[in-house]
Amino acid sequence: MGFENIVLGFHIAITPFNLFVAVIGITLGTIIGVLPGLGGANGVAILLPLTFTMPPTSAIILLTSLYWGALFGGAITSILFNIPGEPWSVATTFDGYPLARQGQGGQALTAAFTSSFVGALFSIVLITFFAPILAEIALKFGPPEFFAIQLLTFSSFVGLGGGNPLKSLVSILIGFILAAVGLDIVTGQLRMTFGVTELMKGFDFIVAVIGLFGIGEIMLSVEEGLSFRGAQTGMKLGVVLETWKILPRYWRTFVRGSFIGFWMGFKPGGATPASFMSYAFAKRFSKHPERFGKGELEGVVAPETAAHAAGVAAMLPMLTLGIPGSPTAAVMLGGLIIWGLQPGPLLFKEKPDFVWGLIASMYTGNIIGVIMVLAFVPFFAAILRIPFAILTPLIVVLCAVGSYAVHNSMLDIWYMLIFGVVGYVFKKLDYPLAPLVLALVLGDLAENALRQSLIMSQGRLTIFVTRPIAGAITAVAIFFFLLPVITPWWRRLRGLPTPAAPSATHG
Amino acid sequence: MRTVDVLTAVVLMLLGGVVVADSVRLGIGWGTDGPKSGFFPFWLALLMLAACALILIQSIRRKSSAPFVTREQLSPVLKVLWPAAAAVALMQFVGLYVASALYMAFYMRLVGRHGWLVVIGLAVLVPVVTFFVFETWFLVPMPKGPLEAWLGY
Repeated sequence: MGFENIVLGFHIAITPFNLFVAVIGITLGTIIGVLPGLGGANGVAILLPLTFTMPPTSAIILLTSLYWGALFGGAITSILFNIPGEPWSVATTFDGYPLARQGQGGQALTAAFTSSFVGALFSIVLITFFAPILAEIALKFGPPEFFAIQLLTFSSFVGLGGGNPLKSLVSILIGFILAAVGLDIVTGQLRMTFGVTELMKGFDFIVAVIGLFGIGEIMLSVEEGLSFRGAQTGMKLGVVLETWKILPRYWRTFVRGSFIGFWMGFKPGGATPASFMSYAFAKRFSKHPERFGKGELEGVVAPETAAHAAGVAAMLPMLTLGIPGSPTAAVMLGGLIIWGLQPGPLLFKEKPDFVWGLIASMYTGNIIGVIMVLAFVPFFAAILRIPFAILTPLIVVLCAVGSYAVHNSMLDIWYMLIFGVVGYVFKKLDYPLAPLVLALVLGDLAENALRQSLIMSQGRLTIFVTRPIAGAITAVAIFFFLLPVITPWWRRLRGLPTPAAPSATHG
Repeated sequence: MRTVDVLTAVVLMLLGGVVVADSVRLGIGWGTDGPKSGFFPFWLALLMLAACALILIQSIRRKSSAPFVTREQLSPVLKVLWPAAAAVALMQFVGLYVASALYMAFYMRLVGRHGWLVVIGLAVLVPVVTFFVFETWFLVPMPKGPLEAWLGY
C-alpha cells in the first residue's frame, strides 16, 4: 500500500521543474553551508519569502534541497579549512583537516560526501516506511498527547543538550514568552504589548532565526578575526574511485553511524551529539584507535554518516507530528503554514502529493547533491577565498532583505539587529539558541494544546498522567528534565568522579 | 565574563517580572471558557524567574577572570554593527537598495581597504541583482526610495 504512494511521489519529484529546483537548492545550500554566518536555518529563512509564489511542493523541495546542500557544504569547510560551518561538523575536523594537510583532501572529501549520502539514504528509507505509520498513530492523538510531546521535545534540550541545563531552560522560556506577545487569538486580549501598537503582531520566528543565527554568527566570526588559510585540493575522478574502493571496508562504521544518527536525530538537537557519539564509537571499536585525530579516514566517515542521518531524521517529527526536530526544520514548518498547509498527521491524508513528493525528493535531492558536490568542490572551496570584508556586508544585506520580506515591515529589520546582539551575547554566555527558536515556533501550538487539555479535564493537570500515551510520554519528559539533577547524585552514589566543565555541545 | 553573566540574568529577571505583572493584570486563573490569557505566560515567567535566580547564584559563586570581550575583539564587532544600524535607519528614507549599496561600499572600503573599482563595482552590482531577483522575478517588494521612484518603479 505504501508502494504506490512513493511512486506517486517520484512522479512529482522527477518533473523537470522540480529537478531544476533541487539543483538550484543544492547549489545555494552548499554555498550557504560553506559561508560563515550562513547556516541551514537562516539560509532557509532568508530564501523563504522567494517561495511564496511557488507551488508548495516545489517550494518545500527548494528548501529541503537547500538543507541537504548546507549539510554537504559543512563538510567542505571542516576538511579543507578546519572551520566547522555547523556544530555537527566539529567532529569531522578531527581527522578531516589532518588528511587535507597530508594532501589527501580529495580522499577525505569523497569519504565525507559518500558517508553523508549513505547516512541520509538510510534515514530516508526509514522515513518512507515509518512516517505513514507514525502519522496514523498520531491521528489518534488529542491535545494532551500533543502537549506531552512538546514537553518531551523541550525536555531533551534540557536533559540531553549538554551545557548548562538552567540556561537551556531559560532559553526555552524566553522563546515561549516571546511567542505569547501580541494578540491572544483565543480570548482576543492583548498580551504584553503595554499599549505599543507595533508589539501587537508579536515576534516572527523567521526574523529571530535570521538575527540570532545570521547576524549573531557574523559578529562572533569577525570577533575571532577569521582569516581562511585552506589546504589545496585536487578532486580527480581517479581519487574518487580509489576512495570508493576503500570505503566498503568501513561498513560497520557506516551501519553504526546511520543507526546512531537516526536514533538521535528525530529528537531535537540530535545531530551534534550523534556525530560525536559516532566518532567515539568508531574510535573505540577501531583496531588502530591511536590513528584517530591524525588523519584516519574512518574518523571522517563516522561523524558524517551520523550527522547526515540525524539531519534527515529531523524531518520525521516535522512531517508526522508537526513538531520540528531542528531549527531548520522549524523554519520549514513555518513555510508550510505560510503556504496554507496545516502541518501534522492530517497532511498525509489531505495532501498526499505534497508529502510523498517531498519524501521522493529526499532521494533525488541527495543523489543530485552528492554528484554535484563531488564534481564542484573546487568551486565551492573558492568561495571561502573571497575576502572577509566583502562577504560580511553581503551577508548582512541578505539577512536584512530576508527579514523585511517576511511581513514587508521595516520594524522587522530592527528586530533582526536586536536579535543579532542577543544571539551574540547568548552564544558567548552559553545560552543555547536552538531551543529558543523552537519554543518561539511552537509557542502558540503548545499553549493551545495545554488550554484544550485543561478544558477537557476542567483544570486538572492529572490529565497528562492518566491518559496512557500522554502519561508515558510525560514520564519520559519529566525524567529528561530531572536528568541534570539526577546525574551528579547518581555519580556520587556510584563513586564515579564528576565530569569536568561540561562541554557546549548543543546544536 | 562574570559581570555580563550576572547582568544578563538580572535583565532576564526584570523581564520575567514585567511578564508576571502583565499576566496578573490579564488574569491567571480560570475564566468562563478555560484558562485566562495570563495563565500560560504567568507560569512561564515564574519558572524563568526561578531559573535565572539560580543562574545568578551560580555565576556569582563562580570565579572567572576571563573577560567577556577584549577591546581588540569588540572593535571589529562594532564596525559591523554601527554601520548596519545606520544603514537600517537610512533605509526609511532612501530605500533598501541604496542603503545596502552605501553600507557595502562603506564596509569594504573602511574595513577591507579594497580598491575603489572593487568597492563601487560590488556595491552597485549586489543591490541591482537583488532588485531583479526579488522585485521582478519573485515579486517580493522591498522598501524603495526616491531613486527607484525616479527610475519609474
